Amino acid sequence: MRLDSPAGLKDFKESLLAAPQGQSIWVCGGPGCLAAGSQVVFEALQYEAFKRELGHKVAYRVELTGCLGLCERGPLVECSPQGFFYEKVSSNDAPEIIDKTLMKGILVERLVTNPQKPNKEHLPFYEPQNRLIMRRFGQSSPGNFDDYIRTGGYEALCLAFELGPIKTSKRVEDSGLRGRGGGGFPTGLKWQALREAKGSPRYILANGDEGDPGAFMNRSLMEGDPFSIIEGLTIGAFALGASQGYIYVRHEYPLSVLRLKNAIEEAEDRGLLGKDILGTGFDFHLLIVEGGGAFVCGESTALMASIEGREGIPRVKYVRSTEAGLWEKPTILQNVETWANIPLIVLNGPDWFKSIGAPQNPGTKVFSLVGEVRNTGLVELPLGTKVSTLVNQVGGGVHKGRKFKAIQSGGPSGGCLPESALSLPLDFDNLTKAGAMMGSGGLIIMDDLSCMVDVARYFTGFLVEESCGKCAPCREALPLFHKILMDLTTGKGQKGDTDFLESQAKTLSTTALCGLGQSAANPILSTIKYFRQEYLEHEEGYCRSGRCQDMYFPKIDSEACKACGACQKSCPTSAIEGKKKEPRLVLVSKCISCGSCLKSCPFCAISAQRRPNA
Amino acid sequence: MPDLHSLSEILLSRPNKPVELLALMQLIQAKYRYLPEEALRELASYLKLPLSRVFAVAGFYKALSLTPKGEKLVKVCCGTACHLKGARQIQGALEEKLKIKLGETGADGKLSLESVNCVGACALAPVVMIDETVFGKTTPKNIGELPLLT
Ligand SMILES: Cc1cc2nc3c(=O)[nH]c(=O)nc-3n(C[C@H](O)[C@H](O)[C@H](O)COP(=O)(O)O)c2cc1C
Ligand code: FES
Repeated sequence: MRLDSPAGLKDFKESLLAAPQGQSIWVCGGPGCLAAGSQVVFEALQYEAFKRELGHKVAYRVELTGCLGLCERGPLVECSPQGFFYEKVSSNDAPEIIDKTLMKGILVERLVTNPQKPNKEHLPFYEPQNRLIMRRFGQSSPGNFDDYIRTGGYEALCLAFELGPIKTSKRVEDSGLRGRGGGGFPTGLKWQALREAKGSPRYILANGDEGDPGAFMNRSLMEGDPFSIIEGLTIGAFALGASQGYIYVRHEYPLSVLRLKNAIEEAEDRGLLGKDILGTGFDFHLLIVEGGGAFVCGESTALMASIEGREGIPRVKYVRSTEAGLWEKPTILQNVETWANIPLIVLNGPDWFKSIGAPQNPGTKVFSLVGEVRNTGLVELPLGTKVSTLVNQVGGGVHKGRKFKAIQSGGPSGGCLPESALSLPLDFDNLTKAGAMMGSGGLIIMDDLSCMVDVARYFTGFLVEESCGKCAPCREALPLFHKILMDLTTGKGQKGDTDFLESQAKTLSTTALCGLGQSAANPILSTIKYFRQEYLEHEEGYCRSGRCQDMYFPKIDSEACKACGACQKSCPTSAIEGKKKEPRLVLVSKCISCGSCLKSCPFCAISAQRRPNA
Repeated sequence: MPDLHSLSEILLSRPNKPVELLALMQLIQAKYRYLPEEALRELASYLKLPLSRVFAVAGFYKALSLTPKGEKLVKVCCGTACHLKGARQIQGALEEKLKIKLGETGADGKLSLESVNCVGACALAPVVMIDETVFGKTTPKNIGELPLLT
């Protein structure tokens, strides 16, 4: 059914709310749970419900939904209206969930952490969170238009039509929203610039390239609530006088492309995209462009070149995109999460938005929390939340017996911060000041088995591959840095390497053409700044983290060893010996220092010792 | 020389505007598992673009290939989370098991082994993706048992 006026949309929503909701079973369809097999769980649940011919008896739903967050304990299932939160669900649990929860509304106790408090809000992982961007995850089926309307979708667009373009834009300009794509640039300044720019047509772009390796916030959003991005873009187009938009989606995310495509088609059918939206005479067309697998295409000018059908090579920004961007026309580019904030801000007003988060850093931010913490997953926190809350409460701290070493944020453009960063508020300015960067929200926790020189080598290697080669500093310096880091991590390091790297890296930051090169030194500079001792040890051929091959020997602490034999099992060269109930020993002659045993020991009794010559 | 029978069908599925270049190349890549030179020539004339521009774009993007890829794509994730959790060991184990190196395609054309910088399932690192299916928490030992590899 096509909706032909804002009033029609309101009536439609009321009719949806009037219909009985019944029992719903939401199976997490986020990237983590899908990889853990939630599709199979979902199909089993559907099958069990179907087998019992429930459709004839009660109103119920079994659906996939957006990322529920606690990927570590997936596949996850949330049941509404009770809010029961089931963890590590398998298809074998399906009959019981259907019989008890779907048919009788009763809890399946063995699937929850605490039967007394079976809702996810009571878990330490969720308690500090404020799920605004993720509010529909666990309440709606991603591509379902009716669900979107029932949960308040398109109310903001209707309000924008009432307010008119200028007042709508002002709401965003006054909100203090900062771009969620990396730099934290004030969104309002861009809106104002585009509003005042001359020339037409104008273009509205969403950046869903999510190039940072080790991050999945944008993917989860595009797959979990595609309509919220589309509504944000539509409001932007209305406020800023555009009629054509593009969403640029990362090549590796075929499901995101599919969900967005379906949502766009659905919105067109319902009269919320295309010609004469809601009968107001306003036209807005939206297309998806699938990337080609190049990190640099996340950079604004490269992204525009890529949409134009050229190589994604950045240009120098003498002129802002808001004056001459896509096809030299006024253009605004924002991250998909930034766009998803727009409906919230327009609907609730700038003061409401500023009441969340920290001064100069209003609102929430979605982070993907991965690496060596107990609870990996997707979290949404008010900006300004303490890093320690994130690591120790939400993340549950590092694994038992290990020590926190660093938190990495901002992907290849960001940096590694040490333990002292735990007391920092997590916001754009504090992270930048400390030498890292918020980036798009990927946070990677590292413990004492992670080697900081290896991390710098990893990111530098990544950037060597991804540098487009246009400007000399980036093209020439990165391979040189990579070679030095390669030497340092393979025992060929030399005295003075650290100082040389540090001084040259600073030069790169000031001379590169685009953001990729300008920030490419951050991983090196931040690790040298906070972990210089580790670098110096690598110059001498020692890796204390037991990560770099041939740069240490594993040593088993005979006091701490409980003779469980885990290391023996993990060793690929049978270099560990020991009788039953006796502490284990490493045979130095057979050891290839692969690090397997260090990771395998449940009592952290194995350490990386300096080799005699190092 | 591949059978380019369905090429015109692919081309006609999108308007002949230069902006469609990347999208059309991706369709051709999906169909033939690489970009045959003949197809690129046809594409250039369809979009009225110089051949040099078409080849430049073909060479720039990692998702596009000028040599045929295997029927099945096995991708080791080398994103940050997977790197930390031992992606290199997974890569080594896969190379040994499949008897091809990273970036290579088996002689029979059945399999290609590639790396990818994150598939968004980092919470389950280290991750291997076979075609569009993602497998999490892999180890050098359990990698041999992945259903699609055997
Ligand atoms: C090398 C490089 C890669 C980038 N990758 C992304 C990306 O994947 N996603 C993104 O939203 N922004 C990325 N950016 C930032 C964009 O250039 C741009 O600033 C951003 O999309 C603007 O949106 P925002 O104001 O909502 O943050 C990247 C920048 C650089 C220099
Ligand atoms: S780093 Fe491997 S899936 Fe993200």
